Amino acid sequence: MKRRPNLTIRFVAGTALFSVVLTCAAADGEQLLASRCAGCHNLTGPAPATLQALWDRKGPDLFYAGNKYKALWMQQWLQKPTRIRPAGMFYAAHIKPGPKSDEIDDATLDKHPALSPEDAKAVTAVLMQRKSGSDFVTAGAYTPGTISSSTGEMMFDKFRGCLACHEIEPGFGGLSGPEVYTAGARLQEDYLISYLRNPQAWDPKTFMPNKHLSDTDLQKLVHYLRLLSEESER
Amino acid sequence: MSAYRFPGAFVCGAALLWAMAVQAAEKPEDNYRTYCVQCHGLQGNGKGINVRDMSVQPRDHTDAEAMAARSDDDLFKVIKEGGVAINKSVLMPAWGDVLNDEEIRGLVAHLRKLCQCTYGSK
Ligand code: HEC
Ligand code: HEC
Repeated sequence: MKRRPNLTIRFVAGTALFSVVLTCAAADGEQLLASRCAGCHNLTGPAPATLQALWDRKGPDLFYAGNKYKALWMQQWLQKPTRIRPAGMFYAAHIKPGPKSDEIDDATLDKHPALSPEDAKAVTAVLMQRKSGSDFVTAGAYTPGTISSSTGEMMFDKFRGCLACHEIEPGFGGLSGPEVYTAGARLQEDYLISYLRNPQAWDPKTFMPNKHLSDTDLQKLVHYLRLLSEESER
Repeated sequence: MSAYRFPGAFVCGAALLWAMAVQAAEKPEDNYRTYCVQCHGLQGNGKGINVRDMSVQPRDHTDAEAMAARSDDDLFKVIKEGGVAINKSVLMPAWGDVLNDEEIRGLVAHLRKLCQCTYGSK
């Protein structure tokens, strides 16, 4: 005779399974953030006020994500994350002396967790609601315009010295800051204007210097960042 | 009565200001590691991770001869206001927005340790 679990047990197990499935499907972005992201990302602020806190930061601050990122980019990146900061959050913790110059110690850098399409959507929706720092961004601060790639590069390198820390294409430029050839796709233009004008207003201890850029320079540099992203998407 | 309270408030206020000032100043070697090492290198030899594509190479802070040619005032100025302020490269940023004067003076002293030199020595 076949052994079958009795009906009550099957019913109880079935109901339990059903409710688990239900909870997962309904798991909202906030729950995901708390369980899977809060360990590395600051979701409430404030930004690090001491060097120790800056060094200990495990991921970019996300408490002003809604003022900073483009939602479409975020949702896609969370499903297929790629490295943005060649030397991690705090470069000095991920480098070692090499024969010619200091080198990135790849073994110390981890891959970012990837999310399912549903989770990426749910998390993006709640992150985009986090809008600290609205005082520092002016809607419409950026006026769309164009710049030639050679003029843009000249500014970024020779005139303003940004290339020292940022790559403008894979394998060309500095490594302590985030790659900027994707910045136009990742970041809101009005945020870029605000951040480039005064990085310390967002992140007081950051090692991105305030380059005291004029309004014209700010606009031109954002034209250039947008151009780089268009080129790198091609 | 208020005459008794005043000194108390004053002392507390002064203590608070002092505590804030203390918190604001970081150690020179910690500031160096955070802001300078990206270009000047873990060993201060001008070989940071950023140097590969830089058109002007960062100063080697262990080069006693080159460093002895700079006065402490020049060093202070270039840290605070950037390379352009002393007719050097735009690639050397101004750090006056993240470092206060006391911290910059600390860094000048730290540089003198790295080069084991003083202005005009050698
Ligand atoms: C183990 C630590 C860790 C965990 C857990 C983690 N992150 Fe991250 N996150 C990072 C780091 C480090 C970066 C920077 C990656 C880079 O620059 O290459 C990052 C970058 C990001 C970015 C891009 C922002 C930017 O400016 O680069 C987003 C968005 C993000 N994380 C969201 C999330 C979400 C949502 C979760 C939870 C599902 C999560 N992260 C979990 C460490 C983590
Ligand atoms: C001394 C190194 C250094 C220099 C010089 C520098 N940056 Fe940065 N930059 C950084 C660092 C570090 C960050 C922030 C990294 C972070 O948020 O984790 C940054 C952030 C940025 C961001 C935001 C990127 C992002 O993904 O969040 C942009 C855009 C940017 N810099 C553009 C510029 C421009 C334009 C210049 C020249 C006017 C410049 N940078 C000069 C180091 C530098």
